[in-house]
Amino acid sequence: MFHVKHFDVIIVGGGHAGAEAAAAAARMGASAALITLKSASIGVMSCNPAIGGLGKGHLVREIDAMDGIMGRAADQAGIQFRLLNRRKGPAVQGPRTQADRKVYKASIQKMLADQQNLSVIEGEVIALSIEGDRIAGVQLADGTSLGAASVIITAGTFLNGLIHIGNDRKSGGRVGDLPSLKLAAQLGEICVGVGRLKTGTPPRLDGKTIQWDRVGRQPGDDVPALFSFMNKTPFLRQIDCGVTHTNERTHDIIRKNLHLSAMYGGHIEGIGPRYCPSIEDKVVRFADKTSHQIFLEPEGLDDDTVYPNGISSSLPVDVQEAYVRSIEGLEQVKILQPAYAIEYDFFDPRGLLQTLMSRSLKGLYLAGQINGTTGYEEAAAQGMVAGLNAAAFARGDDSIIFSRTDSYIGVMLDDLINQGVTEPYRMFTSRAEFRLTLRADNADQRLTPLGIALGCVGDLRQNAFAEKMEAIEQGLGLFGGHKFSPAELQNVGIAVNPDGGRRTLLQLLSIPGVTREQVDALAPAVAAINPEVRTQIENDALYAQYQNRQQNEIDAIKREEETLIPKDLIYKGLPGLSGELATKLEKRRPETLAQAGKIEGMTPAAMVLILVHTKRAKRAANG
Amino acid sequence: MDTIFALASARGKAGVAVIRISGPKTAETIKGLCGDLPVPRKASVRKLWHRGAFLDEALVLVFEAGKSFTGESSAELHVHGGVATINAVNAALADTPGLRMAEAGEFTRRALENGRLDLTQVEGLADVIDAETEAQRRQALAVLSGSLGDKVKRWREGLLRSQALIAATIDFSDEEIPDNLLSEVKQLVSTVRLSLIAELQGAAAAERIRDGFEVAIVGAPNVGKSTLLNALAGREAAITSEIAGTTRDVIEVRMDISGLAVTLLDTAGLRETEDRIEKIGVDRALRRAQAADLRVFLQQSDEVLPLLPSKGDLLVRAKADLGTPQGLAVSGATGAGVAELVQAIGDVLVGRVAGSSLAIRQRHKTAISSAEKLLELALDGLSASAPIEMVAADISGAVAALEVLIGRVGVEDLLGEIFSRFCIGK
Repeated sequence: MFHVKHFDVIIVGGGHAGAEAAAAAARMGASAALITLKSASIGVMSCNPAIGGLGKGHLVREIDAMDGIMGRAADQAGIQFRLLNRRKGPAVQGPRTQADRKVYKASIQKMLADQQNLSVIEGEVIALSIEGDRIAGVQLADGTSLGAASVIITAGTFLNGLIHIGNDRKSGGRVGDLPSLKLAAQLGEICVGVGRLKTGTPPRLDGKTIQWDRVGRQPGDDVPALFSFMNKTPFLRQIDCGVTHTNERTHDIIRKNLHLSAMYGGHIEGIGPRYCPSIEDKVVRFADKTSHQIFLEPEGLDDDTVYPNGISSSLPVDVQEAYVRSIEGLEQVKILQPAYAIEYDFFDPRGLLQTLMSRSLKGLYLAGQINGTTGYEEAAAQGMVAGLNAAAFARGDDSIIFSRTDSYIGVMLDDLINQGVTEPYRMFTSRAEFRLTLRADNADQRLTPLGIALGCVGDLRQNAFAEKMEAIEQGLGLFGGHKFSPAELQNVGIAVNPDGGRRTLLQLLSIPGVTREQVDALAPAVAAINPEVRTQIENDALYAQYQNRQQNEIDAIKREEETLIPKDLIYKGLPGLSGELATKLEKRRPETLAQAGKIEGMTPAAMVLILVHTKRAKRAANG
Repeated sequence: MDTIFALASARGKAGVAVIRISGPKTAETIKGLCGDLPVPRKASVRKLWHRGAFLDEALVLVFEAGKSFTGESSAELHVHGGVATINAVNAALADTPGLRMAEAGEFTRRALENGRLDLTQVEGLADVIDAETEAQRRQALAVLSGSLGDKVKRWREGLLRSQALIAATIDFSDEEIPDNLLSEVKQLVSTVRLSLIAELQGAAAAERIRDGFEVAIVGAPNVGKSTLLNALAGREAAITSEIAGTTRDVIEVRMDISGLAVTLLDTAGLRETEDRIEKIGVDRALRRAQAADLRVFLQQSDEVLPLLPSKGDLLVRAKADLGTPQGLAVSGATGAGVAELVQAIGDVLVGRVAGSSLAIRQRHKTAISSAEKLLELALDGLSASAPIEMVAADISGAVAALEVLIGRVGVEDLLGEIFSRFCIGK
């Protein structure tokens, strides 16, 4: 047997999931190798030139709280920061930025290059090596074999990608390429349940040919909110985006040529997301709307390419040209790269454990678009989870679990592995039932302690976090230390029931309409608190009542999530359990009581039965 | 951990009902009801009060944590078994902050989690929990297919829509979303809330008017229905004579059978008649008998009646003193078989409320009541321009409270509603 180079964790693919997975595994101290076809493409933003948004911004903050790389790269590449929902409460505010593509890619590549324990290998993985019931490594097209305790597959669109422009079709991934077919076939055997999804992109425009004086302007925020808890101000010059609109003429052109669209010509079988319709879709489904908004997003500071957000399409190139030029400001525009729709395969994420390890093969992890999600942020968050767990698995350590009650990451994992996907999965704040407590502003308080405990958070961040927590602690002392009588409160103009009890400043913060000035008048010492720390305290206090109301529910979910069902529990023939439920349970093999409860048709009696067998197994193990 | 309560006994013939409370707020709750906390594990007689209203005189048993069925701090209230009393105590508990009705199997599950039960005990209880679950499901179905069904559907639609509109303004604020959505939300929430209030008032009124079961005695003329009624009631409630057609109107006698409030109906003898007034009486008898919860068919031989027995109705041979009949037979004149008949009626009715159908009705009322309170908070929030995510949390709370009636409203439902209405996406 010749010598095989061995790693703890191998990551296949250098997209957003792969990059974050590699960084996370290496931060955990695992020796990691990222294998990609082209190292120059690592961290490439293949779709829109923006990071973050509502729900997505929360994911980036959570990645950052664990000392991940996406937030820092987005800050370094950010050219227009906007905090969405700025006028709503902090729980539903989401940071977003336009990113300079080149800078973003370079930042990611630099961070990976600087990361200890991580090697980047250019090559093509053609097969997985399997030993018994677990993964052993991968084989490359050049004949090299690499050994690994864990392998993370993040090769998103390579699975039967098919690009549509009108009637033209071409393979998007590497279909027809025999070696990759072999890997796809091997994965297909391991991961049961393949589905097909589609997504689309708009045409890319030459910014030099846009009449910028004829379109609207959308500036960034005056005070930019960055992603990373470690950054305060943007790195690059800030720019505006343009805003224009389709019109009746645009819609006429689209309507007349609808039969030429790949989407409407019946060439596409994949299911697209409802929230990202093509312009054809918009014109057909919302026929009474005479105009649709388009954002003109520059792709970089020294790049003239513009991404017209809002007009993705699968019409033929000449029709694209015609409809784009019917739009105000774009009459002379040159299309640099036509719009297209892409179809691709994904594996049913219900085949995964909550660590993103395959249920079918120990040590094999799947992360990103391959699991049916869409978006850079969703991919990166999964990559991080897979990277952390792959490293823990390689060491024989416990799994690292994210819960619905502690993070958007937990919400996403829970949704994916229990519900599966019917359309490309994207994060929304509405998916998080505890969104008042899972905020972008407190992601560090929720997750950095976990990161520190795992050892994946660097010294710099550890120190910054400790300082912040100490400042909050002191601030809380000032806010909670003294109780003010109703008369004192009325003196500064806070209307409260005169017969009511005395209140702390913290309690005042949950009364709508109480201003900072009023609070300062009551307790001048408070005015000296660092404004950021103060905002943090105010945000927590604002939702305190709701948090108290939801606490029992959160505790109940946690208890169920933490109740691990024995892996070898045999459901068939359990007295009191119906045959139908036993079959479902055997098939799904829930890891926790919480997962069992999400199985369709589950009954309270069955939950009690599973619980008693879980307890008995635990007692047997302890006794 | 929530503190939970539920009726722990089936409606007993002894007329005593046991209501169990378990969880951290138990002691506080008992103190609130009784004025003091009785010595643990010692049966104590206490008067129960809630918000100044006297509920019942009850036997109160308090168990400390670690020494109860669930392992938690818990208590049992042994109250008088009438429907009205049980409902009043249940309503008082539901009204106590931090308390909620137990889900099916919840006491068992807590006992198990606290190591108070072994496997065989749990396996035995699985059947009980299944029966509870099934009873709740059936009751919910009955509500949904009944006249409440349409209302419930409108509640769901209104709440789902208002949640979707708020979700659209939050999750798609950078899209082209109209800015007047919140006034529509206010309208929707307010409409649902008013309907919930009307339902609560209606439910209370209905309970006062008809607090229990109706049992109709039907049969041919002069078969002895009124004599039987009088024997049952122990007083001359109906005029009896040998003249057929004596009873023209429906006579009601209220009595307690097996701890249940029962209204016995004596109806006109069912026969074709030319007498205009008797005809009205017969029609009325038919209508009331059909609407009753249970019919006792009193038959002397095999006479054919214009009304057929429904499933579960009792067939009784009349005038047992005049022959030697088989099966259930009574004689109003001698009183023979009357005790057995009462027993039989009680068995049927207790069977119908077994499981916990009445408690479940209480469950629905509690759900509606807590949802109504949360919607009021949501409306206050909308009026005060509170952060919209708080309003959303209030509405979600109401939707969760109503889940037993309107079903689960998931994120996919919201997204479906949003994407069907707004053109969203870039």
